[in-house]
Amino acid sequence: MKTVRSMVLISNDPKSKANASQEVIAAFKLAIKNLELTDEVAVSTIPEIGTVRNLPLVVIFPEATVYAPVKPEDVPHLVEEHLFKGREVPNLKVKDPDTLRKIAWLTQRKGTLPAENRIVLRNVGIVDPESIDDFFAYEGGQAFATALQMTPELVVEIIKASGLRGRGGAGFPAGIKWDSVRKTPGKKKYVICNADESEPGTFKDRVIMEGDPFSIIEAMLIAAYAIGSDEGYIYIRGEYQLALDRVQIAIQQAREYGGLGKNIFGSGFDFDIHIHAGAGAYICGEETALLESIEGGRGEPRVKPPYPTTSGLWGMPTLINNVETFANIPPIVLNGAQWFKSFGTPSSPGTKVYTILGNVNNTGLIEVPMGITLREVINIYGKGIKGGQFKFAQTGGSSGSIIPASLQDTPMDFDSYRKVGVALGSGALLICNDSNCIVDSVRVLARFFQEECCGKCVPCRVGTDQVWKILTNISEGRGTMEDIAHLEWLSKGLEDFSNCGLGQTAGAPIKNMLDHFRAELEAHIKLSVCPTGVCPMS
Amino acid sequence: MTLTPNQLDPLDNPRMRQVIDSTISEYGDQNGALMVVLNHLQERIGFITKPMQAYVAEKLNVPVSKVHGVVSFYSFFTTEPRGKHLVKFCIGTACYVGGASQLIDKAKQVLGIEPGQTTSDGLITLEVCRCVGACSQAPVVVIDEVNHGRVKPSQFARILTEVQKSEVVA
Repeated sequence: MKTVRSMVLISNDPKSKANASQEVIAAFKLAIKNLELTDEVAVSTIPEIGTVRNLPLVVIFPEATVYAPVKPEDVPHLVEEHLFKGREVPNLKVKDPDTLRKIAWLTQRKGTLPAENRIVLRNVGIVDPESIDDFFAYEGGQAFATALQMTPELVVEIIKASGLRGRGGAGFPAGIKWDSVRKTPGKKKYVICNADESEPGTFKDRVIMEGDPFSIIEAMLIAAYAIGSDEGYIYIRGEYQLALDRVQIAIQQAREYGGLGKNIFGSGFDFDIHIHAGAGAYICGEETALLESIEGGRGEPRVKPPYPTTSGLWGMPTLINNVETFANIPPIVLNGAQWFKSFGTPSSPGTKVYTILGNVNNTGLIEVPMGITLREVINIYGKGIKGGQFKFAQTGGSSGSIIPASLQDTPMDFDSYRKVGVALGSGALLICNDSNCIVDSVRVLARFFQEECCGKCVPCRVGTDQVWKILTNISEGRGTMEDIAHLEWLSKGLEDFSNCGLGQTAGAPIKNMLDHFRAELEAHIKLSVCPTGVCPMS
Repeated sequence: MTLTPNQLDPLDNPRMRQVIDSTISEYGDQNGALMVVLNHLQERIGFITKPMQAYVAEKLNVPVSKVHGVVSFYSFFTTEPRGKHLVKFCIGTACYVGGASQLIDKAKQVLGIEPGQTTSDGLITLEVCRCVGACSQAPVVVIDEVNHGRVKPSQFARILTEVQKSEVVA
């Protein structure tokens, strides 16, 4: 496993470019290559650094040492001293307090690494996803072998101690779920991998399944051993044809190897996995709707409790985890809970895979420690906002929140976000610049919920429809101030009275809009003007 | 294996009937069979008519209402044949921000049909779909299961014409 121990960030805004930052970047890459540090040191750029003097500026993590101005000819010495010998170069260090204050958002993460250390995506792009032999060559299967040497109780204890929280969006502690299923009596238990990744803007699970399907099987084996299950399902959304094919091939190869089926690797332990392809319904990502769907019916969520941990598939205790949650299991079993806790924040350990989308210069998939801020994501990984200023971000696909610019320095983890009234969601980060209208964006979300609502419970069925109609009225210039009160009431009603997570989160974007963008909303009504010019207003 | 609209119901077509029967006997006796059978019927026949739903209900010993409930719930199932080529616009959030609505307008203009409709020659069906998970390529258009990323309205007319042309040559 490639382990990044240091990360070099180099400012690359127009002013830095005028002072040879491009040459500095090239010099860093060359010097790192010459000292054979390429696998240990990551180099990246900061496209917007603000009004800082003495550019280009270089920050080296995890020490968060700031050097400026750095000239190309300084670089070989700097790399050799700091990155090879581990000594700072005092005469290049920034001492000016004003500069240090202006880049505090960057250096606050001293002691950690903003670089991508891959836990979840460790094998993606490295292991041949259609060859179990290749998987074995990269430590594949060792976590399961290790687990088999332990008692099931101990495996559950390790997961509990690791503090791993479910990556599907809600952040429920995985170990507690495992423990609950293990302790519930049942003549049969099921392990289900929720791969019905339907949140718009999220495609992390697809990448994991397409790139590393064997690890998911291994994680499900560990889970099955820990809770005492002999049958599992992977529920993959039907749109993901390549993922379906790859997982199918992986299961077939695992069976041929004796890694699935009866008496696995001679251990006396039985487990097999079925694939269930979804048929195009967003709601089936909700765990009880998913169960209904596997049982062959309409994917309508059940009333909870009872929770699936006590009464799940065909009434049996069932463990349901997200693909990304499962992908964390083998490294935790192999390296231990303490190792896992060295990443991320105390209450949300580990890494998180995000998809960065929208108005940024660099879109794509990243795996970063829990607790980094939105500002870091936008500026370091997204390479800055494309066109205009940052206005808001939408997390979690649809079932997330609208994050205004004022919250961009809040650490991104489950608890810090909850404290300020927003949610992390399942990992999509749609970044929007100031050409986006908040009313229009929330209206599009409302339309999504209105269409994907299963119709089972009244608050959601009627509420999502009303919200969409009111927002459409406002965006077409027919809004009244009463509508705002209605929206407030509806968003609370959706949250309080809906049966499942879809309805409960459908009100969140409205609440975020009322909390942070009330002036813009009121402009649509009072002045009949859409400040960004997006809404038709006719 | 897609039918054109004026053909008989698949149940009255001996070859289709055989496909339906073999699908039911292949998957009919497992747990949660209904979804699996319907999935395969959709794939093999191309759509699931009301008589087919009644037939499946009888064979699997479940109420017709349940079968119809499932068929109408999931967007993968259709009760009418689609056109020979399926053009799906992703209108997930990223694609929406990326300009999916301009693409849909362009398609309406070129083909003269709305999403959900099929051209009169039975060649192209337009549909909108939720996120296909290729968001970094937004806006995405899926033409016959192939994703086309970063499509611009100006290119799109040409892409559609190519789909139409490929048919004339073949």
